Amino acid sequence: MSNNGMLKSSIARKVAMALSGLFLILFLGQHFFINSMSVVSPDTFNEISHFMGYNPVVQFVLQPILIFGVIFHFCMGLYLDYQNKKARPIKYVKNNGAANASWMSRNMVITGIVVLAFLGLHFYDFWVHEMNVKYINVQPEDPTRYYEELRQKFVDPVRVGIYVVSFVLLALHLLHGFMSSFQSIGFNNKYSRSLRGFAYAFAILVPAGFALIALYHHFTI
Amino acid sequence: MKLNLKIWRQKNAQDQGKMVDYAIDNVSPDMSFLEMLDVLNDDLIQKDQDPVAFDHDCREGICGMCSLYINGEAHGPDRGVTTCQLHMRKFKDGDTIFIEPFRAKAFPVIKDLAVNRSAFDRIQQAGGFISVNTSGNTLDANAIPIPKHDADRAFDAATCIGCGACVATCKNSSAMLFVSAKVSQFALLPQGRVEATDRVLNMVRQMDEEGFGNCTNTGACEVECPKGISLENIARMNREYLAASLK
Ligand code: HEM
Ligand code: SF4
Ligand code: FES
Repeated sequence: MSNNGMLKSSIARKVAMALSGLFLILFLGQHFFINSMSVVSPDTFNEISHFMGYNPVVQFVLQPILIFGVIFHFCMGLYLDYQNKKARPIKYVKNNGAANASWMSRNMVITGIVVLAFLGLHFYDFWVHEMNVKYINVQPEDPTRYYEELRQKFVDPVRVGIYVVSFVLLALHLLHGFMSSFQSIGFNNKYSRSLRGFAYAFAILVPAGFALIALYHHFTI
Repeated sequence: MKLNLKIWRQKNAQDQGKMVDYAIDNVSPDMSFLEMLDVLNDDLIQKDQDPVAFDHDCREGICGMCSLYINGEAHGPDRGVTTCQLHMRKFKDGDTIFIEPFRAKAFPVIKDLAVNRSAFDRIQQAGGFISVNTSGNTLDANAIPIPKHDADRAFDAATCIGCGACVATCKNSSAMLFVSAKVSQFALLPQGRVEATDRVLNMVRQMDEEGFGNCTNTGACEVECPKGISLENIARMNREYLAASLK
């Protein structure tokens, strides 16, 4: 898998797409767990945030892998989409796409681009800020600052609105993407039905959870 | 029945092509879609006009020649049928029907509604076969025991008639359903295992070279396939391909 020659074939690219997508889903799962702590227990939330922010393995191994994963995923997604558009240079005059495939499956690149725009804002909000505090305008370590910083982000209703809309689109992206990635890596068998149930539940509940957490902070501050 | 047809007319591969309107009367609901086009063509010939070119051969759903993108769907609105098996009773009196050729870079238009699907032939030639000894000492196929379950699934895959509806309907013009059916029908049988590695690598390479798009698992192909070829075949081909490339 790792050799570059293999990424030349459409199937290999799809497998790479699926693996990067599944990796992002794993990340999303742990991110959701940490965020939910901000509702359950501010102290635990501060503790975990501080750990994630200063642990060298997280900072210098996992974080670069994550950034690479995100960049790889959307670059590959956009490239595959470009190739796919090229494969039909003359469009149908009348095409009934809804007759045989879901809206989610037909618009992965659109939901993906919205999620990308959101990630831009998210980076600006949290990551750039963190980098500034830690490495540029270096401030002393304060293991209790995270909870209040988080709440401040959700004061602005426009920002909260953007968050909620983005998570709706992420849910749509995952409603197709989660199961699709199993098909891409060749996993389609008697377990697929139960797996589909889990994938759909994850795709709806996790983004809904993120959105609810944002709303919770907005309305309780 | 009276119908308004909007048909893609294109003189040859170089021509720009455009939709042309035709009114047609006295269509019987019992006609097949191709018979309806035959009536239209009779009429055009009577009027000294160029008849509409479209592909067909067996007219009983087994050869895969008939194509057509009808009202935005490959082989029209019915399920599990080819265009020759589509009946006019699926439409209503006064309907407007759009008729276009299968569209894909890899399926160039020859004329009007007829497209060149020889890209499929080249994919088949790249590996969709079993090499046998034809010296006269051929083994009886039944000499090798095959579990019924595998034989059934191989047969299901082998029912693909190579019509190209999967490509036509796919938003990416991907040929994965076709190629995976052709890979699976052999991959499931002991006779096919012998050349399995080369087969899947060569067929996928040829598929990519022909300019088909990448599969995004929308599942549209499975819905429109006249033979009900399952997406499980695509997953199987992905497994076969991964295993083969790691060898
Ligand atoms: C950064 C912005 C993103 C863009 C531009 C994007 C784009 C895409 C595109 C175009 C596809 C379709 C590829 C295909 O099916 O061949 C796709 C698939 C997928 N995406 Fe994303 N995506 C983004 C973010 C995410 C995120 C944050 C996650 C998970 C948390 C994710 C998970 C998935 C999964 C699981 C698939 C399915 C892979 C497959 O079909 O094999 N994506 N993405
Ligand atoms: S897989 Fe189905 S739609 Fe595709 S070529 Fe074979 S029979 Fe036609
Ligand atoms: S003409 Fe042979 S399948 Fe339709």
